[in-house]
Amino acid sequence: MKLLGFFLLLAGWGIVLTAVTLLTAMGPRAAFVFAGLGVEVMGLVIVIRAHPRGEQR
Amino acid sequence: MTPASVPSEAAGALCLVFILLVPLAGAGLALINTGLGRSRSAAQLMMSSLCVIGVAALVYFFCGFAWQGFPGGAAHVFTIGGKGWNWIAAEPFFLRHMPLDGSPASLAALLGMVSVGLAALIPLGSGADRWRLSAACVSTALFAGWTYPLFAHWVWGGGWLAQLGANYGLGHGFVDAGGASTIQVMGGLTALSIAWIVGPRQGKYTSDGMPSAIPGHNSVLVMFGCMLALLGWWGLNCAGAVLFNGGQAGQSVLVATNTILSAATAAIMAAIITHTRFGKPDASLTANGWIGGLAASSAFCAFVKPAAAVAIGIVAGALVTFSVEWFELRLSVDDPGGSISAHAMGGIWGILAVGLFADIPSRASESTGAAAGGNSGQWLAQFLGIATLIGFVLPLTYGVNWVLNRFVPQRVARDGERQGMDLYELGAGAYPEFVTHSDEFSQR
Repeated sequence: MKLLGFFLLLAGWGIVLTAVTLLTAMGPRAAFVFAGLGVEVMGLVIVIRAHPRGEQR
Repeated sequence: MTPASVPSEAAGALCLVFILLVPLAGAGLALINTGLGRSRSAAQLMMSSLCVIGVAALVYFFCGFAWQGFPGGAAHVFTIGGKGWNWIAAEPFFLRHMPLDGSPASLAALLGMVSVGLAALIPLGSGADRWRLSAACVSTALFAGWTYPLFAHWVWGGGWLAQLGANYGLGHGFVDAGGASTIQVMGGLTALSIAWIVGPRQGKYTSDGMPSAIPGHNSVLVMFGCMLALLGWWGLNCAGAVLFNGGQAGQSVLVATNTILSAATAAIMAAIITHTRFGKPDASLTANGWIGGLAASSAFCAFVKPAAAVAIGIVAGALVTFSVEWFELRLSVDDPGGSISAHAMGGIWGILAVGLFADIPSRASESTGAAAGGNSGQWLAQFLGIATLIGFVLPLTYGVNWVLNRFVPQRVARDGERQGMDLYELGAGAYPEFVTHSDEFSQR
């Protein structure tokens, strides 16, 4: 799960970079940047949940 | 592209004085981390701080600056769709061929050398009481030799983030006057990685995940650290504004004013919130609010009016206060120094605030090699920087420290944590005349 979370973080960053590189209009570019950030947030949530809590370690 | 321009010899000399103030921020952070940790680990934490600053400066001298570079210097660039993506510098190692004569490049190298030490101190706060000295030094070497220079090149070395304005019309490109991203957020995200990898202190969480309070051992050190940190931050923000954002020497007054206003309002906000919630103001959270305000100010200090700095500081203080609780209660991340909240969260808010409040003069982008542009799209450039920090820097720093943990275990042995890091790692306590924990003095 942790690996999946980090993969999503990188994938989200990839979406953001692709949006800036390929799109020119501000609206679609901003939409894809926020979509990429959304994927990053999902990855972050998975990474957080994948780490053991409290004394479970 | 031309190197960052320092207007005159007097401004260069002033910039050097600003840089020489920066180690005071490091001293402040070391005192804060130590005061918020346990008394049985105080000497080891101060020793770790000194070693970390030393290792960071040496490794940065060996290879760090070669990869960070400065605007207009040699760099590796690849092209996508006709746009150049400047991703890493190609300067010689060991600062060879670098005239250390007060030129902008030499001042950038000196600022980088002290800044990387400051950033490397931040994870010591989250790993306090359980992060081994040797592991902290090796981790710092990797940070100063690779992670920090790579991202610092993108922001301060004329890299692709700084060029977003010239290449893609996003305002002035990613702007960060005093290192909110390169120092504060990078240090804060590394602190998060370390906290995850070493895990919480023994006894911090019960089996059902409820945290126990482990108060810091010396509030006086913490508060004095906050005051020292202000001096260092003044130097850091003023030097960054002059060197990397085309600021004039006289603009330092605005930078210093915004810095103290942001820190002051953030600390007062934290004190008000804790007083309202708990009946009395909390000293450690107020200190974290102060540092959070300073971290946020690093991004915007040269580009907003003082009234905006006050507003940004208020949000920073509230954000840091609730974030400390969120990390401890909801995420089970044991961060004794509050480093993640103060530096990462405060820094991210500051970066965002640039996009919302800043009026950036064109010389700011020209000094990092980008063409002058308007403020349109600046907020998107700032979001792109934040996306890069979370989407690239966090996995990178976590991965580096995870691999390191396979070879050099980062967490001290269970017995060492019980005895205290001072006795276990250094053989002597910080306060030998005060026996406060009877179990500290069992034989190793």
